[in-house]
Amino acid sequence: MSATSAPPPRTAGRLGAVTSHTLFWPVVALVALLAANTIFRPSFLSVSVLNGHLFGSPIDILRNCAPLMLVALGMTLVIATRGIDLSVGAVVAIAGAVALSFIATAPEPEAIGTVLTAIGIALVLSLLLGVWNGFLVSVVGVQPIIATLILMTAGRGIAMLITQGQITTVTSAPFKTLGAGFWLGLPVATLVAFGVFGLVSFLTRRTALGMLVEAVGINPSASRLAGVQARTIVWTVFALAGLFSGLAGLILASNVMAADANNAGLFIELDAILAVVIGGTSLAGGKFSLSGTFVGVLIIATLTLTVTNLGISPLVTPLFKALVVAAVTLAQSPVVRRKLAERAVRRPSTSKAVA
Amino acid sequence: MTSSKDTARPIVEMTGISIEFPGVKALDGVDLRLFGGEVHALMGENGAGKSTLIKALTGVYGIDAGEILVGGAPHRFSGPGEAQGAGIATVYQEVNLCENLTVAENIMLGNEPRRFGAIDWRATRRRAAEHLATMGLDIDPASSLGSHSIAVQQLVAISRAMVVDAKVLILDEPTSSLDADEVARLFEVVRALRDQGVAILFVSHFIEQVYEISDRMTVLRNGGLVGEYRTAEISRGELVSRMIGRTMEVLEDLQVRTDHAVDPTAGTPFLQAVGLGRRGSVQPFDLDVHPGEVVGLAGLLGSGRTEVARLLAGADRADAGTLHVKGEPARLRNPRAAIDRDIAFSSEDRKAEGVVGDLTVRENIVLGLQAERGWLRRLPGKQVDEIVDRYITALGIRPANPDALLRNLSGGNQQKVLLARWLATAPELLILDEPTRGIDVGAKAEIQRLVADLASRGMGVVFISAELEEVLRLSHRIAVMRDRQKVAELTNGEAVGLDDVVELIASGGTH
Repeated sequence: MSATSAPPPRTAGRLGAVTSHTLFWPVVALVALLAANTIFRPSFLSVSVLNGHLFGSPIDILRNCAPLMLVALGMTLVIATRGIDLSVGAVVAIAGAVALSFIATAPEPEAIGTVLTAIGIALVLSLLLGVWNGFLVSVVGVQPIIATLILMTAGRGIAMLITQGQITTVTSAPFKTLGAGFWLGLPVATLVAFGVFGLVSFLTRRTALGMLVEAVGINPSASRLAGVQARTIVWTVFALAGLFSGLAGLILASNVMAADANNAGLFIELDAILAVVIGGTSLAGGKFSLSGTFVGVLIIATLTLTVTNLGISPLVTPLFKALVVAAVTLAQSPVVRRKLAERAVRRPSTSKAVA
Repeated sequence: MTSSKDTARPIVEMTGISIEFPGVKALDGVDLRLFGGEVHALMGENGAGKSTLIKALTGVYGIDAGEILVGGAPHRFSGPGEAQGAGIATVYQEVNLCENLTVAENIMLGNEPRRFGAIDWRATRRRAAEHLATMGLDIDPASSLGSHSIAVQQLVAISRAMVVDAKVLILDEPTSSLDADEVARLFEVVRALRDQGVAILFVSHFIEQVYEISDRMTVLRNGGLVGEYRTAEISRGELVSRMIGRTMEVLEDLQVRTDHAVDPTAGTPFLQAVGLGRRGSVQPFDLDVHPGEVVGLAGLLGSGRTEVARLLAGADRADAGTLHVKGEPARLRNPRAAIDRDIAFSSEDRKAEGVVGDLTVRENIVLGLQAERGWLRRLPGKQVDEIVDRYITALGIRPANPDALLRNLSGGNQQKVLLARWLATAPELLILDEPTRGIDVGAKAEIQRLVADLASRGMGVVFISAELEEVLRLSHRIAVMRDRQKVAELTNGEAVGLDDVVELIASGGTH
């Protein structure tokens, strides 16, 4: 049965256990990025306290990665069921447009009640959009890439309708807190994203959702015969992906206090897929790693900041992303791993001499 | 058929063909002779080596030993193209044509008439129409192939084979997805080709069709040759027992037999199917299963035994008849509905429909139970460990490591894990489709013992196996399947022997 899968590379001792861990290379990439930045600008890692909040590049990374963290969280679960969700960027745009349009037309934009209502409406709508995707995939049986392509294309149009083609801007201090505020010295956006991430990680392992999602992703027909309600599971993960994208949209909109139907969350679906892949979850579905996705998101956020930091034009950021992704995926590929392991085995005496 | 054909030279003569795959001898010294103007049936159970032999003849596999003579000259084909060049054409079960091209394009593909280097489309369509006419097929050559039924597509595939002037035509399970009228039409074409002198090799699981169309047959078993027979000279009963072989003596030793003295059929049945059926899958049948009763389904592969199991388990949806579970009408729309009624089903396709390979043994065992509880109510870890430990010990699962990935276990142990998955849900009816296929003798005996034990404790069991001895030993009652129909039902006892069942499978209890 196991003839097709290559045996794990036998690298000697504890070092082998560490390097063969799925998170090893992603973490190495993250550390290397941080190191490169520190070499270029020694003050990169320093964090200072300014006006009662923490301040510095690491904090920037943690704040900037919040929307991607949420989107990638939903994407991981969707990919684990053999699906993919291309519509997350469109949902980001719609959620921002709805919330800001509601606040803009409300009589009291600064009132907490107004802001909470706006957030509530946007989240419910995002959840419904996720439910729609899930319906197409699990009930109608449309391929996930096609099903979500529909909303990906239509979504920005819907956002345009909501904002009536304008970039809606508002002034509302309570709403601004979500994206730009601080609490206990940390960015609110980070706290929200990490909180949701932690909650979902906890839930997938504390309930049976994680196992059932994996079972459906690994072998849908066996799962069906085992009585797993695959339809409900798939539907649930798409709904969650919608909800989390909506929350990401709110954070993005709050950060700039503007709803830009055309550009909000543009290409975030690709970044999210990248983060999932870097984190070691296979696009073929099945086993997923939320901690891997977490590291993947941090890598992408750090990379974006690195480009700015090095004074390179943001226009070439995609190239750098591509290079890092290529390096990490290569390092994770079974073929390369085997080659590396062979090299390590061939030189045991030298490594002993060093130790 | 005249007897002079035995003296005529065969078009194809394969002698002593052996093919070995790593660790498996797929064919061992097999002979096959195909005569012009004859339909030759290749018979054998699943795994007997039929497809391997066909692939040896068509050049898909190279042979390790033996000789292939085509038209008296030795040939060694290194690919299907070469075999085709030698006049051997194959039509596979799954029609391998291009549905999006026209009928004419499919027939003439690669052999289009050309003018000044470009394809002459008019001539292409005309030639295609001529070939269709010889088949008695009245369809528009310019219509797209996908718009026609599978039966017509199959005939088109045969037309295509005839374009290259094939001397040998191999039909691999051509009738498996055809209805009776379509089969009749296909056979007309086959007979016409036979009369033109083509040698036809016909592979089918349908015994009746083989007797209807073939002149001669070769029987294989476990990669070896059983013999070549003239169809008129071998009875259906003889054929079936040659296909399945007889190893009764060995298996009697195991001495796992359900207690036939107990008659569980006295009370109300746990499950009662009346006229249950599904179009294109299995004809309507009646079947009762009582608590504590083992009902065996006997029949050859493709006889409909798996289809019956799938209907009872909600894996397929019935479109005819009624089903009562514990006296209450039940419509099983999906497996979940069956599981909710305490019916568990272990599929014959362990790999595709049972094993969740990348999950651990522990997760695989509790999967059914957890699915029943829903994702919100996770089984407490302590309870999981208890269940998993109990079944690993009770069924002797090796390695006894709950954290091992299931795909790393042997077939027999995977099967035990799947049994554990179902037993953990405490079913009242257990449907086992080929639970002992492809596992070693020791594990086989353990599973048989388990089935007998479960039944004695009041569980109803539907037991399906290609090995009749096994069915006979375990079942209280045996339903015999043939050509997608339930043809007979007999109460098992000391007086019932293997021959009786073989006889029923062969004759269908109609004589």
